[in-house]
Order: sequence, then structure tokens, then C-alpha cells
Amino acid sequence: MKNKINDCTNWVLERFPMSKLWNEHMAEYYAPKNFNFWYFFGSLALLVLVNQFVTGILLTMNYKPDAELAFDSVEYIMRDVNWGWLVRYMHSTGASAFFIVVYLHMFRGMIYGSYKKPRELIWIFGMLLFVCLMAEAFMGYLLPWGQMSYWGAQVIISLFSAIPVIGDDLSLWIRGDYVISDATLNRFFAFHVIAVPLALLILVFLHIVALHEVGSNNPDGIEIKESKDPWGHPVDGIPFHPYYTVKDIVGVAVFLFFFATVIFYMPEMGGYFLEHANFIPADPLKTPEHIAPLWYFTPFYAILRAVPDKFAGVIAMGGAIVVLFLLPWLDRCEVKSIRYRGGIFKKALVLFVISFIALGYLGTQPATTGYTMLARVFTVIYFGFFLLMPIYTRWEKTKPVPKSVTHEPDAEEKYAALVESFDKMTIKEPVKTSWGTKTLPVKPNKAGIVEVLTGLLKKIKASLD
Amino acid sequence: MKKIIYTLLLLVPLGSFAAGDKVHLQSADINLSDFKAIQKGAKHYVTYCLGCHSAKHMRYKRIAIDLEIDEDTVLAEIAPEGARIYDQMHTAMNEHDSKKWFGVMPPDLSLIARSRGADWLYSYLKGFYVDKSKPFGVNNTVFKDVGMPNMLWKLQGIQSPVIRNVKGEEVISYLELKESGSMSRSQFDTMVTELVNFLVYVGEPVQLERKRMGKYVLFYFLLFGIVAYLLKKEYWKDIH
Repeated sequence: MKNKINDCTNWVLERFPMSKLWNEHMAEYYAPKNFNFWYFFGSLALLVLVNQFVTGILLTMNYKPDAELAFDSVEYIMRDVNWGWLVRYMHSTGASAFFIVVYLHMFRGMIYGSYKKPRELIWIFGMLLFVCLMAEAFMGYLLPWGQMSYWGAQVIISLFSAIPVIGDDLSLWIRGDYVISDATLNRFFAFHVIAVPLALLILVFLHIVALHEVGSNNPDGIEIKESKDPWGHPVDGIPFHPYYTVKDIVGVAVFLFFFATVIFYMPEMGGYFLEHANFIPADPLKTPEHIAPLWYFTPFYAILRAVPDKFAGVIAMGGAIVVLFLLPWLDRCEVKSIRYRGGIFKKALVLFVISFIALGYLGTQPATTGYTMLARVFTVIYFGFFLLMPIYTRWEKTKPVPKSVTHEPDAEEKYAALVESFDKMTIKEPVKTSWGTKTLPVKPNKAGIVEVLTGLLKKIKASLD
Repeated sequence: MKKIIYTLLLLVPLGSFAAGDKVHLQSADINLSDFKAIQKGAKHYVTYCLGCHSAKHMRYKRIAIDLEIDEDTVLAEIAPEGARIYDQMHTAMNEHDSKKWFGVMPPDLSLIARSRGADWLYSYLKGFYVDKSKPFGVNNTVFKDVGMPNMLWKLQGIQSPVIRNVKGEEVISYLELKESGSMSRSQFDTMVTELVNFLVYVGEPVQLERKRMGKYVLFYFLLFGIVAYLLKKEYWKDIH
């Protein structure tokens, strides 16, 4: 029996490079050994992608892409299909989780310079993935056929009509009708379940192939391939499998804990993951008072609204995504990791993060005069971060980059320091218990708290230089 | 540079005070584990609301299962005459008539609690007051110029607004009971609470079950996380 199995395995191996693929991409793919928290989000994005595929296929079995039936079929899934509610919440929460994970994954790339030579193409594939993901989310959001689905799509597609000359015909062509209608729903369904997922899969494949060709970057931003041991393996590298597979499983467990918390206890996430107005069936005759896209589009939506002219707004919104593609060439600094980069870049990055989050918040709010002004300020900062980059990164005062990866304290090592600062912030007094006298922290120590906080502030300030 | 950062940091929280001007809502005392209250609410719904508003995503059978009542009791005490256990909560009103009477088909209320929220519903149902200029003689504090009569007036009585002048604008400061109904104020509040309780339940019948289930799932992921962490530590002990 055992021989039979071996024969079968050999038969396959002679015809398909299974072990070669496994070794190249897992068991003998050397990854830097100093990956930190930020490096979980790549594998998590893959996990969420699988989740969206599986739950999406299950939803398709009961969903009806028909303007008359769509809304009711979603409620049918929520109520009458066994476990339908769970599958639907996994899919809707998964959409938001996908963006959270991808935004953090992109931010990782920005702080550690993962987009820089030789990884420009990985960044480009990643950006294409991001654009596909936005298309996927946008079209998927029409499918429940609620008020926000309908009017959100109406607003976004009408943006195309702002394009001079061809605009009106173009938006008509996209919708397949003069307003969002059954024709639009059907084509969005086709794109959402077939075309875009296929593109996503291909791009994920390209993203990973390109990554494994040049090797992973790391928090120190050094090339581990430059120093190798006598066997030709990078000194600072460890095989992806089993080291990073077991590590990523920890990340998966933590992620799933939060993911399940949302699914089981707050699937609407206060109206951010499932908008309240989307529980009203689409009504082409009744425009909602306040149309807001889902949270992950709001930074770009705020940029759109910040520009007074509609067409210029569309250009600005598109430009906000296009500049991200150009990042590898806008950044002129040789040093990759933020750990050794100059203060000016760190400050610029802080401003960028503030403006991105602020734009995200403003995009959810009605456009009042004050808010529009704020959105303009943040839009300028957003673009300033990218467009001034060739100037401010050229003369950055960088720090010397180490030859080998540096040791980073792990959670257990940090724990001791945490206990120490906790001790500083409290006054201990002997307390009598039934087992005897114990020394327990009972009161907050004002002087100690001030000391710890000023120490923390000083640390933050120093890390920005 | 620093000044810019500080100014921006200061501006962010200031902005959040700029918006506002919302109607003050009373908070509804929702308790979904009180099956008796939901059951009473279901009865109120069928008595006072179902005549015009369907709840078509809800089946009588589901009420029996979720609230742990026998099917016969549901049919006898909750469902209208002639309804069967697998039926959805359809209304008897047809669209043709309702368009003639109200101008629109009254909306289905299966998901009203999810789009409006419990507090809104509670305040709305209690917010009717006399306004002779309106076709049904009433207006509402949280839904201005609503095209619905006050179905519960016989129970609640008739309220009229006490107007206050704020910066030259007339604002309703509170509603005063002019003519009492068949219920006392607290009886009426309880009744509306039960009704809203039912609507919140109907909005997502599975919500109790998912919360019950959630703790086991989270506990599992916690255990899984601990095992995964120990496994990772074991593998990584040689990596320095």
C-alpha cells in the first residue's frame, strides 16, 4: 500500500514541480528574521481574500441580482437561509476588514520603504490590487439594493459625466440606463462575482511572484541577500516555513478574535460597516438627506468634495490614488527604513497620516462650510506630502544604516519595562488580607505619572528627529 | 512646522462641534431577553400597525420559535384571523387603496428598527400632537409633517405642544396631555416600549442567538491563539 502511494506521488512529481514550488516559495524562501507587528497584514489580507471568496460563493447561491428581488433576497439570506446571517456578516465585515488590513499593509510599505528599489514593481502590483479592491467593494455595495447602495452608486457614476465631451455618454454606457437600474445591478453583479475577483487573483499571484523574486524588505530596510553564510543562505534570513507560517498563525488568531467580535456583537459597527440607511430598499424617487460612502472611501470622497469644480474634483480624487503609484520615484532618499531616515520625512509622514484620517472623518460628515475648508487644508497636505517629496527627501539627514538586522525587544521583554513604569505610577502600601500582609499598589502616584508621561513625550519627540 | 501641527491638532476636535441641531430623542428601554414583552409587542403590532404596515420578512413560525411559544398560541393570540403559521406578516391593505387614502403605500416595517433605531421609534410613537393644519389633524415632534395619523390616540389621549420662543423662532418645548386616553402615562410608555421591543427584534431576529453564540467563538479563538503562540515560541526559541 505504502509503495502504491509513493508510486503515485512520484508519478505526479515527475510531471509537476510540486516540491520545487514548495521549496522556492515556502521551505527555502528566506525571509528576514526581524519582521515585526506590521508584517502580519500581508498574510491577513490573503486570509480575508479567501474569506470573501468562500462567503461570496455561498451568498451567490441565494442572492438574486434583480432590482425587484435583490433587497428581499438579502433579507431572505439573513432570516430564512440556515447560517445565512453569519455568512452575510462575514462577507460585509470582511469587506471592511479587507480595507483595514490593506491600509495597514500599505502603511507598512511606507514606513519601511518597501516600495523602493528593487521592489517598485511589487508596489505597482499592490496598487493595482488596491484599485481592483476599491472597484470590487464599490460594485459589491450596490448589490444589497438599499438606499445607500443606490444613491452612492448614483453619485459616483455621475462623476464620470463631469468629464468633458464624452462624459454623459460614458456614464450612460457604464450604467446601461439613464439612472441606476436593473441593468446596472446586473452588470455590477457580473463584475463583482467574476471579472474583478479574477483580476484580484491574478494580481495577488503577480504580487507574490515579484516579492519572492527580490525577497522581502524588513523593518531595518537592509538587503539580507547581501550577507550570506557559507551555504549561500542569508545570515539574517530564516525559512518562511515553518518560522513565519507558525508566526502568521498567531496573527490569524488575534485577527479572527477581533473579526468575530465584530460579527457577533457589532456587525453594523455603529453604521460604519453597514449603514443604517441601507436597511431601506432603494427608492429612485427619494434622495436621502445625507449620502456618505462607506468609511474606506471617505478620504477620497472628502478630496472630491473639497474641490469646488466637479471635474477638477474628479481629477483630484483620481490623482490622490495615482500619486500613490508614483511613490517609488517621488521618494529620493536612499535609506529605506523610517528608523534611519531624517526627521523631515517622519514629520511629513505624521502630517500625512493625520490628514488621511481627518479626510476620512470629514468624508462621513455633511459638507458644511467649515468642514469643506478643513477638507481643503487636509487635501493640500495630502498632496503636499507626495508632490514635495522629491524636494524634502533629497536633503534628508539620514542616520547610518546597520550592516545586519537589529534586535527588537519582543512582547515579553517589553513587559518588564511596562511593570516598571506601572510601579513608578503607583504608591505601594501594605494591605492586610486573610493570608497575611501584602504590599499592593493602592494609590496613583502623581509625581510618578508625570515622570512617566514626560519620559514618553520626550521619547516620541526624540523619535521624530 | 510645529506650529502647523499644533494648529491642525487643535482644529480637529473643534470641527466636531460644528455639526449638530438634531432632535432630542427619548431613550427606549429595550430588553430583548424579555420574551413576554416582545410577545406583547407582537400583539400590539398586529392590533395597531399591521392594518397598514406589513413586516413581510417576518414569519409567524419564527416568532413561535424565537420567543418559545407554541404555534397554536401564536396563531390564536398574535396572528390575525386566517393567517397560517408559515405566513409572513403581510398587511391586509392593498396598494391601490392606500395610494388613494394616503398618497403612498405605508412602508414595510421589518427593518425599521435597523434604519431608524429604537430611540427614534419610541420618541416617534410618543411624539404626536394636535396640529389642525395637517390632513390627519396631527403632527410629530421627531418626524415633521408625517403623513400618518396617530393610531394610538385612544390609548394615549391627545397631546398639544407648549411653544417657547428661542431667538425669534417657535420651538416646541414639550408636549402636554390635553385629554387623557384609556391608559395612564406609564401604562402607555410600557406599551410603546413593548411595541418597539418587538420591532427591534423583528429587525434582526437572529441577534439574540448570535450574541449567545459569540462568546463560544471568542473563547475558541482565545484558546487557539494561546496554542498558536506557544507553538510559535517553541519554533522560534533558536532564532536570535
